[in-house]
Amino acid sequence: MSTVAYITARGLFGRRRVLMLLPLPLLLIGLAVICKAYDVSPDQWGQPVVVGLGLAVVLPVISLIVGTGVLGSEVDEGTIVHILTKPLARRDIILAKLLVAAGVSAVTAAVPLFVVGALANSVRFGLALVVGAVAGAIAYSALFLLLSLLSRRPVLLGLAYILVWEGLLGRFVSGTRVLSIEQYVITIADKIAPTGMLDGKVSVPVAVVMSVIFALGGTIYAINRLGSFSVAGETS
Amino acid sequence: MSVVQLENVSRWYGNVVAVNDISMTLQPGVTGLLGPNGAGKTTVLHMMAGFLAPSKGTVTIDNSPTWRNPGIYRTLGLVAEREAVHGFLTAYEFVLACAKMQKLPDPAAATRRALEMVEMTSAQDRRIGTFSKGMRQRTRVAASLVHEPQVLLLDEPFNGMDPRQRVHMMELLHKLGDEGHTILFSSHILEEVEQLSGLVQVIVAGRLAASGDYRRIRRLMTNRPHVFAVQSSDDRRLAIALIGEKSVSGIEVEADGLTVRASDYGSFTRVLPRIALDQGIRLRKLLPSDESLESVFSYLLEA
Repeated sequence: MSTVAYITARGLFGRRRVLMLLPLPLLLIGLAVICKAYDVSPDQWGQPVVVGLGLAVVLPVISLIVGTGVLGSEVDEGTIVHILTKPLARRDIILAKLLVAAGVSAVTAAVPLFVVGALANSVRFGLALVVGAVAGAIAYSALFLLLSLLSRRPVLLGLAYILVWEGLLGRFVSGTRVLSIEQYVITIADKIAPTGMLDGKVSVPVAVVMSVIFALGGTIYAINRLGSFSVAGETS
Repeated sequence: MSVVQLENVSRWYGNVVAVNDISMTLQPGVTGLLGPNGAGKTTVLHMMAGFLAPSKGTVTIDNSPTWRNPGIYRTLGLVAEREAVHGFLTAYEFVLACAKMQKLPDPAAATRRALEMVEMTSAQDRRIGTFSKGMRQRTRVAASLVHEPQVLLLDEPFNGMDPRQRVHMMELLHKLGDEGHTILFSSHILEEVEQLSGLVQVIVAGRLAASGDYRRIRRLMTNRPHVFAVQSSDDRRLAIALIGEKSVSGIEVEADGLTVRASDYGSFTRVLPRIALDQGIRLRKLLPSDESLESVFSYLLEA
């Protein structure tokens, strides 16, 4: 593992911030277990829990916490300078951070989604959600990593994307769905295990191609931005 | 041996000019970057360190540009003013991580050497988050020295250090300078610069006001009378003899000697011994009393 990835992971897990990752997955599993225990039909709880909570909230919010945590907080605190003053290709720094962010987000979101999917329908559905979550975690992480370099308020911008763009506009303005990672995840998971619970609004090619564009485009742009990273003096 | 060069460098933020057409060359040795707060010292340092693009002109280290060129960090070390460190790491882990990112052949040995150099070995296994300001500063210096860079840039390195640590840091920088490293440190505290280095680059309001040995800079300010403290076996008689000299523009007789104002440094210092000899007066003390960096600096600010 590269030193940058090591420091990044230590920084992520060495702080209290990491505890913020726990409640959402626990809530997701808890809801599914309760519904299952009380024999509520999955037709009634499956969609709201899997899509409404899991894919619309848990996956993007966890990716946001992790994605801004690996880079945004280092930029904010100024510790990024210690990594930037090394003869490392900016590509390697971004890739190491993306690897940690996507990996942690994917595991944290995919495990509860698998449990919920298996309880709601089948193991196959659970695995489909895992694949969707991994693809989504990579795309979200690339996006939030980039936001950390574009703005001093990456969390705010990320929340706006999740809540306003995907949550609000995605529901009423069909055109915005083409740029909604949530929709790609739904489409990909539905293609792998069609259940009727997921209702993909974009086609499979669009979902796959756009996920790749988000992941690649975000990464390349972030590498370029990091190459021109400027530090302003305290007084200026 | 590495040379840092700024050629006609300007940097502006919108309408505000932070650095205005500065050219300078840093040679091996210790150089002080001096200027009042807000003069543009940090902007200059950041451009040298590749953290800011010059709006105009070029900043190079051994002819390679510093901007968008991570390769220069093999020859460059930076101790930034902002003291953010990865507080969750121990000093040893932090310096070791820097050594590994520098891709050194033996990172562990380099880490031990760097920590020894700043006298941090006894606290190396404590988390940096628990350190005092001075210890944190020394750890950061160790981290930027771990790859033994030819060029070391330090922004206000003595901030937060106690007097003993200050002396130790000065010795360290001296040693590195004598070994042929190119060291530039910024400071607004004149005593620090005076003790550490004769060479200064003075920045005032974004412009390079002076550059070189500050004692020579003072001597070049011919429009200002040079002030000397003189003590002799007969001060009053010496004063009478001196006042007839063209290079002397004023004399004050004080209890502990004379304060002589000379308009020309060279001719006064040549003429004084001759006069003393002629008059049979013994000179006990001759001291240029306004050649301190402080007076040079205040003259530059007034100019």
